[in-house]
Amino acid sequence: MEYFGEQLVNGVVMGGVYALIALGYTLIYGVLQFLNLAHGELYMMGAFFGFFTMTALGGPSASAVPVAVMIGIMFIVAMGGGALLGVAVERFAYRPLRNSSRLAPLISALGVSLFLQNAALLLFGARVRLYDTGQFIDLRSGISIGRIRIDPTEMMVVIGALLLMAGLWLMVNRTRLGRAMRAVAVDQDAAVMNGIDVDRTVVWTFAIASGLAGAAGVMSGLLLYPVDQYMGVFAGLKGFSAAVLGGIGSIPGAMLGGFLLGITEALVTGYLNPTYADFIAFLILILVLLIRPRGILGRPAIAKV
Amino acid sequence: MTERTPLLELRDVNTYYGQIHILQGVNLRVFEGEFVALLGGNACGKSTTLKTAVGLVTPKSGSVLIDGVEVTKEKPGERIRRGIAVVPENRRLFGPMTVMENLQIGAYTRSHVPKEDYDYVFDLFPKVAERRNQLAGTLSGGEQQMVAVARALMSKPKLLLMDEPSMGLSPLLVEQSFELIDDLHRQGVSMLVVEQNANMALSVADRGYVLQTGRVVLEGPAADLAQDAELRKAYLGR
Ligand SMILES: Nc1ncnc2c1ncn2[C@@H]1O[C@H](COP(=O)(O)OP(=O)(O)OP(=O)(O)O)[C@@H](O)[C@H]1O
Ligand SMILES: [Mg+2]
Repeated sequence: MEYFGEQLVNGVVMGGVYALIALGYTLIYGVLQFLNLAHGELYMMGAFFGFFTMTALGGPSASAVPVAVMIGIMFIVAMGGGALLGVAVERFAYRPLRNSSRLAPLISALGVSLFLQNAALLLFGARVRLYDTGQFIDLRSGISIGRIRIDPTEMMVVIGALLLMAGLWLMVNRTRLGRAMRAVAVDQDAAVMNGIDVDRTVVWTFAIASGLAGAAGVMSGLLLYPVDQYMGVFAGLKGFSAAVLGGIGSIPGAMLGGFLLGITEALVTGYLNPTYADFIAFLILILVLLIRPRGILGRPAIAKV
Repeated sequence: MTERTPLLELRDVNTYYGQIHILQGVNLRVFEGEFVALLGGNACGKSTTLKTAVGLVTPKSGSVLIDGVEVTKEKPGERIRRGIAVVPENRRLFGPMTVMENLQIGAYTRSHVPKEDYDYVFDLFPKVAERRNQLAGTLSGGEQQMVAVARALMSKPKLLLMDEPSMGLSPLLVEQSFELIDDLHRQGVSMLVVEQNANMALSVADRGYVLQTGRVVLEGPAADLAQDAELRKAYLGR
């Protein structure tokens, strides 16, 4: 029972990270019916941005600022940097292709993906980086529920992910920008005839999706996952699988899919075989596509009149 | 007498979809206070005319003017801010969003929308007020039509461009919807209304234009058009 609880905690923590990545896929897909296959690379860049911010602030040993402030700045830089990068990618790699075939932007996205991996290799080198979380957060503290312990990073990641999701939910459902995003998703021409600027709405969509990916990157770094130029490949695929599982285009679906994937992965790793971890996402992806392509919360495709 | 400035003017407009030449030198003007009907058979370019006016499509040549200002290069949002609004063909409500959210999108181009502006359309359409929290996609055809008009009014237009407001409505509702359009016109909203139902449109319009394969083939006072034998034969079906 204790072991189960620990695996569950691991699953929920990683689920939060997957959910943030999945939300990016689903937001962009919802608004443009386009799969941003380079999304995982924005997560990777976010992890690097967070790492270098941490180092620039004097590192854990001689941190120039209090730990909470340092972590806050790491998130701000990674999210802001991710957002700017995402907007640049949209502007130069996707927008020129928006009115061409459906395949062209997908191929462009694969190109962006390779470009960002190589840019990271060139700029940051081939060395695998590890956050020094253990030096500024006491991983032995935290809270205990029965005999299950949740360390401070895990708590921070889960709470951070939930706060970001709540913020996103408010933005999408309660603000002018959110309404514009939904309107463009439903009927682009009708949105235009109401004066909505599609380009601007798409820019914001990419900024938000990429900012969330950046935050997820920092979270995985803080959870001591290694940071290198290829880390976005699997994470991207997992986020995508989570989005498809929940129903691509559905925001609650992406959240649900992220947590379900995280938990399933943790339980399979814990009870069956740790080497299965990365294979679970693919299995789920294939099963969903075969059995219920619209995912758990997705709407069936509605034919346009 | 000095020439008045039209609220909306299309000057020698040529609009294409890809290689297909749709509007072929269309000239059209709507003056303040007017009710103008835009008539013509299927696929002659009526909807394209409205889309060109609001800026959903950009003409290859010619110009669009709102209130005497050239807006051919402006985005739809800017044009709407100048005082035009569209009730599109088939209404095109945002089905998965509530009626209230549809109205808010209608007011999208305005930075501040006082509560009175919502009250104004709710007074006009008590049904819309009743249904404000319902998803727009679940409304009846007649209710959807009201929401579409209410949504367009939220931008406080001086000129309303309506594309086949009677489409898909029962005869009784068609009648009611024309009464409503006529009321709005009396309250000072100028109208450019596309209609297949030429009789109905000409009975309330001041002037009309008749399009045929992308050209204006007839224009004049509504009463004259209603009498025109050719028009009757070609478009009114008798
Ligand atoms: N987005 C588009 N791409 C290509 N062709 C189009 C497009 N929209 C309209 N057309 C074509 O342009 C022509 C004029 O269309 P338009 O919708 O303006 O006609 P209409 O007069 O409004 O017809 P209706 O009375 O049937 O609504 C039609 O032949 C139509 O097929
Ligand atoms: Mg039409």
